[in-house]
Amino acid sequence: MAAIIELENLSKHYSPTIIGVDDVSLTVEDGEFVTLLGPSGCGKSTLLRMIGGFEAPTHGSIRLAGKDVTWDPPYKREVNMVFQDYALFPHMSVGENVGYGLKTLRLSKGEIATRVKDALSLVGLYDKVNQRPQQLSGGQRQRIALARAIVRRPKVLLLDEPLSALDAKLREQMQIELKHLHEKVGITFIMVTHDQTEALVMSDRVVVMESGRIAQEGRPQDLYDHPASPYVANFIGTTNFLPGTSGATQGRLTHVEAPGTTLRAELDAAPPPGREITIGFRPEKVRVLAETESAENTLSGRVAEVIYYGLGLRVAVELEGGARVFADSLLPDRLAQSVLPQIGQSMRLAVAPHNVFVFEGRVAP
Amino acid sequence: MNLLRRNLPGALVVGIPVLWILVFMLLPYGIIVTYSFWLKKYPTFLPAFQFGNYVTLFTDPQYLRVFLRTLKISLLVSAASFLLAYPFAYYLVFRCRSQALRTWLYMAVIAPLWVSYLLRAYIWKTILGTEGVLNSFLMWLRIIDEPSSLFLYNQFSMVVTLTYIFIPFMVMPIYTALEKIPVNLTEASADLGMSPWRSFWHVTLPLSLPGVAAGFTLTFCLSFGDFIAPFLVGGPDGNLVANVIATQFGAALNWPLGSALAIVMLIVVLSIVSVSDRLERKGLTGGT
Repeated sequence: MAAIIELENLSKHYSPTIIGVDDVSLTVEDGEFVTLLGPSGCGKSTLLRMIGGFEAPTHGSIRLAGKDVTWDPPYKREVNMVFQDYALFPHMSVGENVGYGLKTLRLSKGEIATRVKDALSLVGLYDKVNQRPQQLSGGQRQRIALARAIVRRPKVLLLDEPLSALDAKLREQMQIELKHLHEKVGITFIMVTHDQTEALVMSDRVVVMESGRIAQEGRPQDLYDHPASPYVANFIGTTNFLPGTSGATQGRLTHVEAPGTTLRAELDAAPPPGREITIGFRPEKVRVLAETESAENTLSGRVAEVIYYGLGLRVAVELEGGARVFADSLLPDRLAQSVLPQIGQSMRLAVAPHNVFVFEGRVAP
Repeated sequence: MNLLRRNLPGALVVGIPVLWILVFMLLPYGIIVTYSFWLKKYPTFLPAFQFGNYVTLFTDPQYLRVFLRTLKISLLVSAASFLLAYPFAYYLVFRCRSQALRTWLYMAVIAPLWVSYLLRAYIWKTILGTEGVLNSFLMWLRIIDEPSSLFLYNQFSMVVTLTYIFIPFMVMPIYTALEKIPVNLTEASADLGMSPWRSFWHVTLPLSLPGVAAGFTLTFCLSFGDFIAPFLVGGPDGNLVANVIATQFGAALNWPLGSALAIVMLIVVLSIVSVSDRLERKGLTGGT
């Protein structure tokens, strides 16, 4: 695979103190689906808009298919954007909207009609070709915006929070549809979102951003299982954090002191003993122990809260050391509901060493 | 009684304006319509129902000439206002970076509306006259040797004056229309390969047309019925329809003919308003 987008030390400083994007270097391979993930204000949209040519960087360069396009205006870049609220032209029909981008390509009328038809058929809306965008539902407009953006066959498709305006059910459906569309058209997709589920479901690679910088990038499962920082661990999925101190290492297992207990963590790179650390583990990787069951890495405490969410159960446990952690369990069987934990009952939890994260410093968010 | 007392505030709120419109608008219109069918019999008028006044208007070439002149002047004023107002409004909405400067420039256009209309028309007399600012300036530049009388008392001075007076009514609706266009539409246009000029032509201009239509209607109708500017700066060939109507009610003492002329003018203006209203509605719903 060849690199289609290369960002080199890209920055956007609005003023010495207001920094949108700070020294970002990123390479996107041809055909990849990359998601820029982060909370609002982390610079992900600014980064996308710089790739699209709507904002000029203050430092660094952007290469598209090997060609420097840093200072090219949007209309000279072979990238197309799906805007957050679709930006469909209200004074044009659906067909005119989709065909708009073909006007500058010097195609014959027949060729334009064929391309418009193909693009609209791809999103399943060819029957709406003569309607106005405002006559369509949000989900349909979303698809028209997609069709309009891919009809020019860009090298890269940029998607700025494409699903944020849709309701939850439709959003889930569109996530899968977008993923399939990506596989079908084979164009590189770069999407911006603040929704971690969207990022995990759709992308080949996720780039987590924090205050204008890349916090971590990698495959969804790598980010989920090996977050590089408490920020990433907390932004993707939910993580329990405990303050701790590192201890001795034996082979791949490192002892870490948590309030009221000692845990063992399986780490690639262990911190030297005696350091202040933050321990993390995911609620769904925690196992609730039966009364007589013994296990490695146990934590004991009292049930403080029980949250039922249909698919499963989240129990907040107040540990003996005073910290509070969540433990998730699925309820595969209706009968299991009859043994729901009671508030105030004592409970023991276990977390396997390979599910324990250790971050240097006491930096729990 | 009780019912009346309970509904009194509502009845007043609706009743007073209705009564006002009835007495001061519909009734006078009725009177004018009635007069337009009467006969002139010096020194007064005879009640009648005949179309002689309307026939005179459409057969006597002098009335057609005045009508066409009024149409020409109004169209020129609308066109001149548009050509000046559109780039100005465009600059304010899309190019002006400073919020303060934008407010100031916008106010600079609106502020003259607070000055007496008569005064604003009169100002151009002092600017364009033989002793006026323009002549002194040109003489100071040595472009001309003696004051020129070409600037005042003709159709040119009328168009200039009316454009100056009515241009705020062109700037305001265009400004509003441009402001309502989402920025991401022009961005989408650029994204789809259109240069800024083509984006303007395909996206910004069509979406601002309702504002342009409103501005054209306002400036056109206001100039079409204007009476003061021709009187002050118009000169001998500057009579407009409104002046002719005034003469018929005054010196010529032919109220029936004046009334007929007023009705024809009203119909012209109302049809323009209704056409532009339809255009604006079409713009609002995106032409569906």
